[in-house]
Amino acid sequence: MFKKAVIDGLWKQNPGVIQLLGLCPTLAVTTTVVNGLSLGLATVIVMIVANASISPIRRFIPDEIRVPIFILVIAASVTVIDLAIHAYAEPLYKALGIFIPLIVTNCIVLARVESFASKNPILPSFYDGLFMGIGLCFVLVLLGGMREFLGRGTLFSGLDLIFGQSYKDLSLEFFSNYEGFLLAVLPPGAFLGLALLIALTNWIDQKK
Amino acid sequence: MTNFFQNQKIIFQTILVMLLFGLVFALILGVFYEKTNPVILKSEADAKKRMLSSLIENVKHDNNVEKDFFEIEPSSLLGNKKTSKAYRVKYGDKLNAVILETRAPDGYSGDIFLLVAINKQSEIITTRVIKHQETPGLGDYIDIEKNPWIDAFKEKSLENPSEKLWAVKKDNGDFDYISGATITPRAVIKALKKTLLFFESNKHKLGFNDV
Repeated sequence: MFKKAVIDGLWKQNPGVIQLLGLCPTLAVTTTVVNGLSLGLATVIVMIVANASISPIRRFIPDEIRVPIFILVIAASVTVIDLAIHAYAEPLYKALGIFIPLIVTNCIVLARVESFASKNPILPSFYDGLFMGIGLCFVLVLLGGMREFLGRGTLFSGLDLIFGQSYKDLSLEFFSNYEGFLLAVLPPGAFLGLALLIALTNWIDQKK
Repeated sequence: MTNFFQNQKIIFQTILVMLLFGLVFALILGVFYEKTNPVILKSEADAKKRMLSSLIENVKHDNNVEKDFFEIEPSSLLGNKKTSKAYRVKYGDKLNAVILETRAPDGYSGDIFLLVAINKQSEIITTRVIKHQETPGLGDYIDIEKNPWIDAFKEKSLENPSEKLWAVKKDNGDFDYISGATITPRAVIKALKKTLLFFESNKHKLGFNDV
């Protein structure tokens, strides 16, 4: 059960490149590794909380109104996380800005609640949320890395905004006076980058 | 008839469950909001304080600048739609500078909001963009975190350079820009120029009585 959740979330059912759910934030936020990573982590937390809170109450939810109740629970947990980040991690809040509330509209959260947590006990649901989230986070970081490297010639820039000043040295700059490759930073670059990642996944799958 | 009553029972049950869920989660959110709100307000106030004091690092002052403000009615020169704030920077009784909020309505994507600190010689002390949506990696060099460009306005006034030269070099002006993104700096320069014009024509109202 644990192993299945890991394999499904990270590879076989990966939300970012296989299920293709939750593309709105995937495309919008991934201009840098750090942006991708931070939204990814926030999404992991939301998915765990949503899955783990729906699963134990799944028998009390009438079938006719399950979707509004799922949305209610997801929206409430996102709001709680949004408030918590705003209050206790102000720099992160500034970096993620409007994207945290947008997690509500990320259909991968609703999709996992509907297709998994509403039918399974709490522990498997917890794992499902965790690894589906990590799978998505992984794609966000990869796409962010591609776009940041091509678009700005850096990697991990802005890490200090999230983890504190001591991490500033970890950001890498590959070329001095890099002019930048604007296409990679703008939205079309997100579509092209994601397409490349999907193609790569399919290629690896076919070779097996 | 029994069917009707059965249906009705299901409807009421469903409503009751939905209502219950709504109430429970409203309660959870309410409690959490009450807990985090003071922290959020405090960190927002701190951020504002840091921003204001970074604008006037080299200006002598001993007043609590973020509390010492008055409201300015909407003006076409400041571009404010609602009343905007003007902060006084005072040392003792002497007014050394004011910080004005201004809006450039003609950025590449939407409004650009700035804070401008101006001294009594009508020179810009420092100015900072506080909110914008310019293209990341292109027009966002107006943001001090991305590029020192905005510091070019330090000590500038309507006499230095002359009013005609308040433009980007491409338009025969005096200010640098990054090629490929001229709309953004044009908007900022225009807004700053208009802010200085506003300052000039409202010096008395702003509290500079001795000049």
